[in-house]
Amino acid sequence: MEAVKQIVSKTVVLSNDDIDTDQIIPARFLTTTTKEGLGRNLFADWRYEKDGRERKEFVLNQPASLGATVLVGGNNFGCGSSREHAPWALLDFGIRAVVSTAIADIFRSNSLKNGLVPVIVDAATHRWLLEHPGADVKIDVPSATIEVNGKSVAFPIDRFSRYCLVNGIDQLGYLLEQNAAITRYEQAHA
Amino acid sequence: MAQSLFEKIWASHVVAPETDDTPAVLYVDLHLLHEVTTPQAFDLLRARELPVRRTDKCLATLDHSTPTVPVTTLKDLEVVSEPSAAKQVRQMERNCKDFGIELRGFGSRDRGIVHVMGPELGATQPGATIVCGDSHTSTHGAFGALAFGIGTTEVGHVLATQCLLQRKAKTLEINVDGELPSDVTAKDLILSIIGKIGVDGGTGHVIEYRGSAVRALSMEQRMTICNMSIEAGARAGMVAPDDTTFQYMAGRPLAPQGAKWDAALAKWRKLPSDAGAKFDKQVSIDATKLRPMITFGTNPGMVMAVDGVVPNDTDAAFRKALAYMQIEAGKPLLGTPVDVVFIGSCTNGRLSDIRAAAQVLRGRRVAERVRLLVVPGSHAVKREAEAEGLHEVVRAAGGEWREPGCSMCIGMNGDTVPSGKLSVSTSNRNFEGRQGTGARTILASPATAAAAAIKGAIVDPREFAS
Repeated sequence: MEAVKQIVSKTVVLSNDDIDTDQIIPARFLTTTTKEGLGRNLFADWRYEKDGRERKEFVLNQPASLGATVLVGGNNFGCGSSREHAPWALLDFGIRAVVSTAIADIFRSNSLKNGLVPVIVDAATHRWLLEHPGADVKIDVPSATIEVNGKSVAFPIDRFSRYCLVNGIDQLGYLLEQNAAITRYEQAHA
Repeated sequence: MAQSLFEKIWASHVVAPETDDTPAVLYVDLHLLHEVTTPQAFDLLRARELPVRRTDKCLATLDHSTPTVPVTTLKDLEVVSEPSAAKQVRQMERNCKDFGIELRGFGSRDRGIVHVMGPELGATQPGATIVCGDSHTSTHGAFGALAFGIGTTEVGHVLATQCLLQRKAKTLEINVDGELPSDVTAKDLILSIIGKIGVDGGTGHVIEYRGSAVRALSMEQRMTICNMSIEAGARAGMVAPDDTTFQYMAGRPLAPQGAKWDAALAKWRKLPSDAGAKFDKQVSIDATKLRPMITFGTNPGMVMAVDGVVPNDTDAAFRKALAYMQIEAGKPLLGTPVDVVFIGSCTNGRLSDIRAAAQVLRGRRVAERVRLLVVPGSHAVKREAEAEGLHEVVRAAGGEWREPGCSMCIGMNGDTVPSGKLSVSTSNRNFEGRQGTGARTILASPATAAAAAIKGAIVDPREFAS
């Protein structure tokens, strides 16, 4: 996992509530056995016509979205299936952070393990972001803040996840260090 | 201090407690594995030269990208599956072989949807922690287990260490009291609950379903309820174990036997939430007021009584959902023509579900316009249903009787609903395109789905009650 400290970008906005992981990456693309190349099919059913042409009206296909790395979604982003292919697809496409008023549990957990920053903001900040697509934002992971419209807004993230993001540390290393405690637990519960 | 069921299981699985700086290290008793969410996890183990810590705590099968037409050899698979799906299935066989995990694959009598197979083998046990790279792992909570879906990175964590890093969830008590009307099923109950609390109503919480109506449910019905906890955003759903649980489990191959059974039973009886246990949130439902339910939108919280009218809302997402569904606000759905009916999945693919559908189908014919697919949740379900002649009932009515698998619930195995077609499905998700690109899905109980197949349109299942 790559370390992620600051993200400075304009936003791209998908304002629908309850964007589920089946929309982020439809199930027919889950027959892959790797993580690579999923960005091509990110939001596939919203992004492409049946014949494969890009839908001009879809926000990710518009020139203004080019290079944006912060996605602002409606409430309850990432609900549904546990597929980690959803954050993999977003990252492969170039998205580095997702901002919403609520982010579904499993999607949030999966995002943190891959360096995709889940940013939960209050309703007023969220409304402003929805109303100002393309706004410049600055996310600072060490201080767990997002700068929106000249104001710095704190977002919740536990210290461990923040430490892992900032240092690009994958959590498996920490778990493997617990080997002695795990063995003790197994002996006590055999 | 009085503890809830969840708190008891949590406390007994903590390897290292959580602190401000670090999450808890939580031990996992049972790890369910399938072909779609594991390949990258096995790759991680290979890259780090790590073995699987406890192959004895893994239960692996093929279900998601596995076809539901008869396949007994890999050669068959190459013929019926997309190359990528066939490759994924072969990869699962190789991964299990390389890492010493028993795979209940093609040729196994046990193979089935992972959440159908675990309980019927007796692998799913009260008080256990159970995980799987699949959000419907919540199903196993029906046995008083703490069971939840994880991502593929976490699948790798569990394979390597048998543990997960977790922050303790909050608790949500859902009390369902009173007697369910005889024509209202477990599916109608859980759809009603999701409609009431919303698709994010359970986020950050573990639900415990309680109350007299829940106690009266069979194990298969409890599994249907717990299965869809994730559709309310909950981390997990659970029901305290009781005699119904123990009767279901007794004698199953992987359940404890003899003296071990007695010892387990004594432990399991201590699991239910103590009187006075505190929950972070509470919801009450009056079972007597419930009716058969269907969804009308593109998430499982958009529900209505089958004989009701589609609600109205000016919200943009609501309007987008109705436009996708080609459904009008303020009108009933009764009489809306149906193209496909799917009966199966980890929500409603068990024997009692097939029986409920067969009861409607018996002696009747599926409407000309409808394709009916009945997919047993496992080989065990298939065998039991066939022993009762239910496959003949399905076929005589004009339906297809398939091999076990996830089938049209996820549409990545060859079974899909064509674009624009309307499906009535006993599965768990009516998301846009879930059953196939452009497919429109209405979620319902097996009885309501079977009735729609006969009528060729949305119909009140009570019209077919015998």
